[in-house]
Amino acid sequence: MIGKTGVPTLEMVKNKFPKKEILVRPKAIIECYQEIPCNPCETSCPFNAIHIGSDINKIPTVDFDKCTGCGICAKACPGLAIMIAMIKNGKAYFKIPYELLPLPIVGERWYGVNRSGEVLDKLCLIENVHVNKDKTVIVTVSIEQPYLYEFITIRSKA
Amino acid sequence: MIEKDLVVIGGGPAGLSACKVACEAGMNVALFERNFQLGGQLIKQTHKFFGSESQYAKIRGIEIAKILISELDETNTEVFLNATVVGMYKDNVITVYQNNKYFKIKAKAIIIATGASEKFLAFENNDLPGIYGAGAVQTLMNIHGVLPGKQVVMVGSGNIGLIVSYQLIQAGVKVKALIEAAGKIGGYSVHASKLRRLGVPILTNTTVKRAVGEGLLEKIITVKLDDKWEEIPGSEEEIYCDGLCISVGLSPLHQLLSMAEANMIFVNELGGLVPLKSCDYETSLKHVYACGDVTGIEEASSAMVEGKIAGLMASKNAGFIHPNYNLLENELNNQLCVLRQGPCGEKIRCGLKKVGEAL
Repeated sequence: MIGKTGVPTLEMVKNKFPKKEILVRPKAIIECYQEIPCNPCETSCPFNAIHIGSDINKIPTVDFDKCTGCGICAKACPGLAIMIAMIKNGKAYFKIPYELLPLPIVGERWYGVNRSGEVLDKLCLIENVHVNKDKTVIVTVSIEQPYLYEFITIRSKA
Repeated sequence: MIEKDLVVIGGGPAGLSACKVACEAGMNVALFERNFQLGGQLIKQTHKFFGSESQYAKIRGIEIAKILISELDETNTEVFLNATVVGMYKDNVITVYQNNKYFKIKAKAIIIATGASEKFLAFENNDLPGIYGAGAVQTLMNIHGVLPGKQVVMVGSGNIGLIVSYQLIQAGVKVKALIEAAGKIGGYSVHASKLRRLGVPILTNTTVKRAVGEGLLEKIITVKLDDKWEEIPGSEEEIYCDGLCISVGLSPLHQLLSMAEANMIFVNELGGLVPLKSCDYETSLKHVYACGDVTGIEEASSAMVEGKIAGLMASKNAGFIHPNYNLLENELNNQLCVLRQGPCGEKIRCGLKKVGEAL
């Protein structure tokens, strides 16, 4: 249970994803499981694809028809709870917020890590590193598609 | 004796917000801060804040401090730094200690925004070097750039414990475990998830039994607790660490109000002894107001809103009506209501109800 462990169940994670067919285009996956007073995802979205409403404690919902996967919400979320996911050529692509040093370099292979902090069997490839003005870096990585619901972050091999 | 329309005590998020609104209402304001800089705890907060845009959500605490301080610079507030208010008397006179001198100020109104101090935990050897409060760890690390240790264990899973653990990892410290005496994580689950994905074990129903070390911390002995918070014999485990960070809650810094004999009440949900206050944020002392953590432990977002309300009310009751009084009053009270209306606001709602009933 997430309230005791900090780790959501696979079912909880899957419920935040759209159907795989929809992930041919990048979409925001918002892993917000608890009602807390917070709404920057909704107010930052340029496409009105995220809904919370006037009670900012409500859990955000994504309209996957409107979401373009631009990633603005991923860097706005104070909880680092948003990533952008896409499936292409049998690989899962993610844009994740990353706030540790050293930063990865494009072309490097880093460990993929699951929500319990365990290293995945396969390495992931660093596709892009975007440093934002507010210091939250957005890293784009690719990994084999079967890790779609497992991958959450990267860890340096060093 | 210096005379002012308003004296604000405490230069954190509540006090800074109060000064701004009171100045806008036309008051002549003096702000007293015992630290060498303004901003309170915000200056140590490297994480992005929650809430909505009106409370600077998604901006890092340290940046919010800069915004509030620059807004204050635009007012004519007289700021006293390294200035500790050591006395408060019933005729609205305060005594300030600054640069080895004492001086007095008289004000038409006083706003107390002194914030909170950390609670500590009783266990064997809890005075060994290497054992810190979470605030001290943040001061060392985020203000002075000094690491508190190489391998640290965090005690307490409230938002501060979770956030400071994350900041320790960002600074290159190994966080060996986060332990929590209760059966569940106290803070936001998004913060807990951030730690788990970085490989930090979160051990619930666990507390520190004792610290061990010759002259400085070398390891801690943890023990499991049952659902009655009793130690489970034989469940002791050792964790090697050179730092132990205690983050087991805050209590309101009520001392000035208690000294001036304001009517106080102990409310567990609010963190300890708090002043009774009217819906104008006025304490039982005429023209003495209180806002922020000193009236109940909450997030900085609420402290900023409360500070603005205190500034608005203190000025109105002293005959200075803010140009946007009606609009602000509605808007600010609505903001507080929204911040507190979810499940995370239950504790504060329950605590404030007790204060309301005691009036």
